[in-house]
Amino acid sequence: MILGRVAGAIHSTINHPFYDAKKLLVVEKTDPEGLPTGDYLIAVDVVGAGVGERVLVLDEGNGARQVLSSSDGPVRSVVVGIIDHVDLTRQAS
Amino acid sequence: MLLGRVVGAMVPCVICEGLEGTPMLVVQPLDMAGSPTGRTLVAADSTRMAGPGELVYYEGGREAALALDPAFVPVDHAIVGIVDELHLPEREAAP
Repeated sequence: MILGRVAGAIHSTINHPFYDAKKLLVVEKTDPEGLPTGDYLIAVDVVGAGVGERVLVLDEGNGARQVLSSSDGPVRSVVVGIIDHVDLTRQAS
Repeated sequence: MLLGRVVGAMVPCVICEGLEGTPMLVVQPLDMAGSPTGRTLVAADSTRMAGPGELVYYEGGREAALALDPAFVPVDHAIVGIVDELHLPEREAAP
């Protein structure tokens, strides 16, 4: 799973039937400190995350389909959690 | 999934079984701000409604083939939706 931050949402009317009534979020990937890495992805939201929130994103097809109760949905990325905080133990350099 | 801009169409004269009639579009991947990034790719269009100039989102890898019918086809990128509105509130607020 990867850490990210919700940057926005996508609205769409013409889409694959699997995506009907599914909320799509634009998530910018971050490092554990919360700094953007410059990369992003579009993920289905199942937890009700909003813009600005730090989130946990599952980026794997079989798990994503399991979360969305589908056997053949064309989906790989799902927002599966909202992050409260990340504790890091820094090693002395 | 990632954002892309349809920049053209690819018309095959011979194609693998299961892909007959599937629109194949040339897609320029975009970053979050909508700027082109990386090289263009060819994606099957599962919506069958995307055309040149349109902002789309596409899936890559094994999941791309699942967007098509039949699903057991040799495809690694598929357009799954056309973007009506890309709402990035923090970027809109910036000058």
